Amino acid sequence: MPGLSVTDMQPLIETRDLTLAYHGNVVLRDVTLSLMPGEIVTIVGPNGSGKSSLMRALIGALAPTGGKVTRKKGLKIGYVPQSLTIDATLPLTVSRFLNLPRRVSAARIDDALQAAGVPSVGAQQMIGLSGGQFQRVLLARALLERPDILILDEATQGLDQPGAARFYQQIEAVRQETGCAVLMVSHDLHVVMAASDRVLCVNGHVCCEGTPETVASAPEYRALFGTGTQGALALYRHEHSHSHGPDCDHSHEAAE
Amino acid sequence: MLDDFMVRAALAGLGVAVAAAPLGCFVVWRRFAYIGDATAHAAILGVALSLAFGVSVFAGVLLIALSVAVLLTGLSGRSLGSDALLGVIAHSGLALGLVSVSFLPNARVDLMGYLVGDILAVSRGDLVVIWLGAAVVVALVVWRWQALLATTLSADMAQAAGLSPKKEQLILTVALAVTVAVAIKVVGALLIAALLIIPAAAARPVSRTPETMAVMATAVGSCAALGGLLLSFALDTPTGPTIVTVAAAIFALTQGLSVASGRG
Repeated sequence: MPGLSVTDMQPLIETRDLTLAYHGNVVLRDVTLSLMPGEIVTIVGPNGSGKSSLMRALIGALAPTGGKVTRKKGLKIGYVPQSLTIDATLPLTVSRFLNLPRRVSAARIDDALQAAGVPSVGAQQMIGLSGGQFQRVLLARALLERPDILILDEATQGLDQPGAARFYQQIEAVRQETGCAVLMVSHDLHVVMAASDRVLCVNGHVCCEGTPETVASAPEYRALFGTGTQGALALYRHEHSHSHGPDCDHSHEAAE
Repeated sequence: MLDDFMVRAALAGLGVAVAAAPLGCFVVWRRFAYIGDATAHAAILGVALSLAFGVSVFAGVLLIALSVAVLLTGLSGRSLGSDALLGVIAHSGLALGLVSVSFLPNARVDLMGYLVGDILAVSRGDLVVIWLGAAVVVALVVWRWQALLATTLSADMAQAAGLSPKKEQLILTVALAVTVAVAIKVVGALLIAALLIIPAAAARPVSRTPETMAVMATAVGSCAALGGLLLSFALDTPTGPTIVTVAAAIFALTQGLSVASGRG
């Protein structure tokens, strides 16, 4: 990240040998990572690779089976979930939604909606919004927390490609303006990876990590996402039983 | 004034409506209708135990309702497939309660009162218990309103914002158990869930925010309690079921209005 020295800063969130399991099935093991202030980190991986579990563990919603997660004291997280199902029986305007969990002033709500790119939806019902508007309102709510880190779990699900691209541009604009760190899980590799400082490729464990260029050319990544340009089109053709180099002899049975 | 059984009945009905309506909104929003119903049914076991051991029915019902509600919400959080298990616990509690009472020859008539309610037999002491319970429920819901709403929308989002979804869940569970305990004498175990769900559902078409829905549900519940009481007196019908029938009629009315105005 330009202008800031990463080494002398305290990590926002750190994990050490983190292992996660549902009903006794290990979905992710031995993850050691640290997220520094201001950086954009992307996590890629096939379905069932443990990406979402990792997100949930980082925000504290999933207790580790092994290892530990350390959040900086007083850390403010802006979380944009994969999806949010609002029951049809719950009447909720956009403004009211943005007042959760803490009440904020009308002026701040206007600012957050503006920053998220949906300036005039405040009086509408949440369940009446389009997919793109809905995700942007979720982003606006996350920004209202004035977060140190923005965590987005497949936040562009349900958006078409131009919509997703615009959404990521918005995220980058927000980062530019507020300087918050961004952690994303995504399928939209070609869009997302270019904007990232660091990419982690996950499949039951961290397969490889580094700059977008390093990861895109890593054999582990290519085994998962194919050898096509940036892996974008090969996304749905990945192999689950890929082979690693000689120094990496784990199995992939736990991942799916 | 409190010497008049109709006045006591009206105050009892209002107390239950005031406790049940805002809580009922959460029951509806979180799709907990079945848990409310199951807790109320199993509470009959609490009645039976109280009658057997000669302790206050309120205390017995509160204890059983609390245990069952904690058990049920714990199960429902684990997996959505626990539907059958909820049914097993609810109906076992009900059946076990009915069976145990048959060993107490003098308690049979009493128990029937708790199945369908006996609002006209509410004493001054009962009134105190009902209004204290209602005050506790309303205080809990108002105090935790923001956090409860946030966790209802998304437990993960609430967790990321520093809330504890488990704690908020427990608060709703306690409020539910208290509501069951104060409502069982008024409308009976079989119809308590109706007073949670129907006023909230009737309020939905005329509300744009969660707060208006809670206020409207309280209004609907109160009208149903008073209207049902008067109607049952005039028509000589059982009071608890009449109250629920009035609530259902108001539900039909608001649904009809919203369909007619093109919103439904």
